[in-house]
Amino acid sequence: MEKIPILKMGRFLLVTIQVDMHDQLALQLQEDLTARIVAARARGVLIDISSLEVVDSFIGRMISNIAAMARVLDAETVVVGIQPAVAITLVELGLSLEGVRTALNVDRGMALLHERLADDQR
Amino acid sequence: MPAAGQTLRKLIAQSQKELLADWVQTQLSATTLRSDLMKESELRDQSREFLSLLQASVESGSTQTDGPSWAPVRDFLSRVSRSRALQGFSPAETATFVLSLKQPLFARLHGEFGGDVQGLADEVWSTTDLLDKLGLFTVEAFVKSREELIQRQQREMMELSTPVVQLWENILALPLIGTLDSERTQVVMESLLHKIVDTGAAIAIIDITGVPTVDTLVAQHLLKTVAAARLMGADCIISGIRPQIAQTIVHLGVNLSDVTTKASLADAFAIALKRTQARLPHQLGATT
Repeated sequence: MEKIPILKMGRFLLVTIQVDMHDQLALQLQEDLTARIVAARARGVLIDISSLEVVDSFIGRMISNIAAMARVLDAETVVVGIQPAVAITLVELGLSLEGVRTALNVDRGMALLHERLADDQR
Repeated sequence: MPAAGQTLRKLIAQSQKELLADWVQTQLSATTLRSDLMKESELRDQSREFLSLLQASVESGSTQTDGPSWAPVRDFLSRVSRSRALQGFSPAETATFVLSLKQPLFARLHGEFGGDVQGLADEVWSTTDLLDKLGLFTVEAFVKSREELIQRQQREMMELSTPVVQLWENILALPLIGTLDSERTQVVMESLLHKIVDTGAAIAIIDITGVPTVDTLVAQHLLKTVAAARLMGADCIISGIRPQIAQTIVHLGVNLSDVTTKASLADAFAIALKRTQARLPHQLGATT
């Protein structure tokens, strides 16, 4: 069964979604990711969806759910690389991912997470 | 009705000159005459050309105005309609050009037939039918050229009205001009988002100085654009809010509290510079 890889980078987890998301895969990711956050004591999660070209309301909700779960586990979620078409679709679906931080690319997203870590340590 | 068509043919061939004089006279005395838009000599030229083309087509014996033998007449009429549409004539005024030919023509037909009421009625009917078809064709051509004009203008307006300009490194500006409907919002949103990807901008300033009115729908479209830009990781600042618009927004109960708003583009630019310079350069440097 295919799985979405979760990479650990220091205190952060990096998830790059490179296959078409389907519902089962999204649920699996939710499960794996929460487990990994706890195991790795991660402070931040970066989800890269730049190769995702199609989203539906379920996937949109999934992303907000994952962000909310990560927040409960004290890890900030940044979603990066949303394509213009995907952004428009999400907005039209009424899912503007409130409470999820977003960034243009992985670089910027990492910068956001580092900023947060620096704030915490201060 | 071959006999009926023949009389018309004979009439036009024999008395073209008198017919033209009468017709021009009719047009000049008509209430729909637009001497401000068209010179008498031009009208005379057009009338003469139409009559000779009409004669040629009637000679062919066909009364099918959509047939090949009428093509020169149709071409001529669509040319006249187009030029009149551009000159600012109304559809009625344009159609009158053809329809006003009836009066001198019928007068002559009347003289031709004398007491033969049945023959006269037949001939009048076939002539009316013919001229009405041509009149309708004129109106159709007129409307078509108007529509083409409108479509072209719409397209041009759409292209002109949604520029996304880069003001500074990481700062985009989107000066909106004109009313925001759903279709335009879509265009605006797409061009903004693509520009964000292209330039990697972190802040987009949406300037609504040129938006005449803001109602709940426009506000909703604005908020959608802001939300979409946020998903791409860019913050939006709405600027150029005029006093009346601020009042309208509050009266309508539109919630803009999640969005940074500024009265002028200059203020928005100042805060955008402050935010990007305070945050981005050292941040990007830290990761590499």
